[in-house]
Amino acid sequence: MEQACINPIETLAACLISAGATAELASFVQILIGVLLISAFPLVLVILLIWVERKVAARVQDRLGPNRVGPYGLLQNVADAVKLILKEDITPAGADRVIYNAAPIVAMLSVLLIWAVVPFSPAHIGADLSIGLLYFVAISSIGTLAIMMAGWASNNKYALLGAFRVVAQLVSYEVPMVVALLVPVLLAGTLSMQALVRAQIGMWFIVPCLVSAIIFYISNLAETGRAPFDLIEAESELVAGYNIEYSGMKFGLFMANEFMHAFTANLLFAVLFLGGWSGPGAEQYPLLGFVYLMLKTGVVYIFSLILRATVPRVRIDHMMAFNWKFLVPVSIINLLIAALLIQITRLFGIAPAPGETDFVAHLPQALILLLGNLALIGGIIQALRSSGRRDRLAEQARSRADETAIIPAGSGD
Amino acid sequence: MSLVNEWAFIGVFVAVAWVLPALPLVVARIFQPRKPNAIKMQTYECGVETVGDTWVQFKVQYYIYGLIFLVFDIELIFLFPWAMAYNRLDFFAFGAGFLFIFLLADALIYAWRKNALEWA
Repeated sequence: MEQACINPIETLAACLISAGATAELASFVQILIGVLLISAFPLVLVILLIWVERKVAARVQDRLGPNRVGPYGLLQNVADAVKLILKEDITPAGADRVIYNAAPIVAMLSVLLIWAVVPFSPAHIGADLSIGLLYFVAISSIGTLAIMMAGWASNNKYALLGAFRVVAQLVSYEVPMVVALLVPVLLAGTLSMQALVRAQIGMWFIVPCLVSAIIFYISNLAETGRAPFDLIEAESELVAGYNIEYSGMKFGLFMANEFMHAFTANLLFAVLFLGGWSGPGAEQYPLLGFVYLMLKTGVVYIFSLILRATVPRVRIDHMMAFNWKFLVPVSIINLLIAALLIQITRLFGIAPAPGETDFVAHLPQALILLLGNLALIGGIIQALRSSGRRDRLAEQARSRADETAIIPAGSGD
Repeated sequence: MSLVNEWAFIGVFVAVAWVLPALPLVVARIFQPRKPNAIKMQTYECGVETVGDTWVQFKVQYYIYGLIFLVFDIELIFLFPWAMAYNRLDFFAFGAGFLFIFLLADALIYAWRKNALEWA
């Protein structure tokens, strides 16, 4: 009976069977209600998210932000949505109609499907797949496909060039993201999202996997097209990028998808590195776990919003160089260091037993891994400094050589 | 929930994830004005008309990035089972993983040395 209060959907099937439904029908109804709840949640949330985003950006820029429609401007986005629905949307001549119309839906789908494996609380998860993390990696790459569809089907050169660029960005930043995700897997020894959260009850993964967390956060910013990597929206150089030909609600879907994706990425960060729902009392009161998860997500989300309002965007060649020449090598070295240190701690018998939930038992291994991470960060900073100095000296030598070359030529005349 | 139910959940989710985003589009279809004309339907309505074919071959660099990504993506798939079983393996697993990741990094170094990572 107590179980019924924790997750009423779980017990719904039993109720339906006792009411005379077949087992297949009962489990189908149960699944359908669960799916509708989980997929409707982000769609409703996105209305609030856009408001939060605009408010935070306004505060950073010393403005008020939306404050006319509804209390504190909360209904501004509802008004915007109504406006978008009432707009005529145009399919440009020569566009590939099927792909053109499917692209915004596929974009939305790629984000919505991630929510199926997010553990909201100890008792609430859509589907606790044994390969949940791999599922997340697979699904998040569908977003790239949606953008390519939109850019290709629009029959517009600007859209196509924008799509090329975005696909290059998204595809590249997927590599460090996935390599960084391997480190928590090394520690937890599982791909199930729920088990990954349970492995963090003793110690959040951000402590032993600091570098992975930073790399995951940065590449997530790029994957979701947030500043400083917001080259997905290229107003100034490609008029708008891949979505130039979209108007009305289809354009609205792309925009809503961007906000939803940003929140989902931060949610995943909270799940994988900040302990997800874990916190005091979360096991007894699953709803508390949900509150913890949303609080953690909120903190990193607000951080990403402030980051967005603060930093300028980077150039495309710098962005690609930063990924392939910095993030990818660092993430590979980080993976090797983590693997080595985990084996060493196991060799000395100070690694916690699997399923250990005690904070103290996790401490030795976590501290050793943290030290390894800090040493890596220090090494990176040193390497960057020395390479910067080398460049600077080379630059100085070149300019000095230019000066000496000019003066004799001038005196010779 | 059993394994079959987990994947049934994903299956239903995929179907719903197609329908839910399509709903606002259907609603918009009902309410929006529809007065298409030839000029409005032009590609890039407010600008100059496109010259030549839209679907051009553009920059080879995108293709090269795609190729490098493909190498990494396939190798990463093999690293997932390694990482998952790592807790149950001895020191040899680190050696094997190191060798594999070294080969992976080798491809990156090769591409780097060949200037394939330069945006040119």
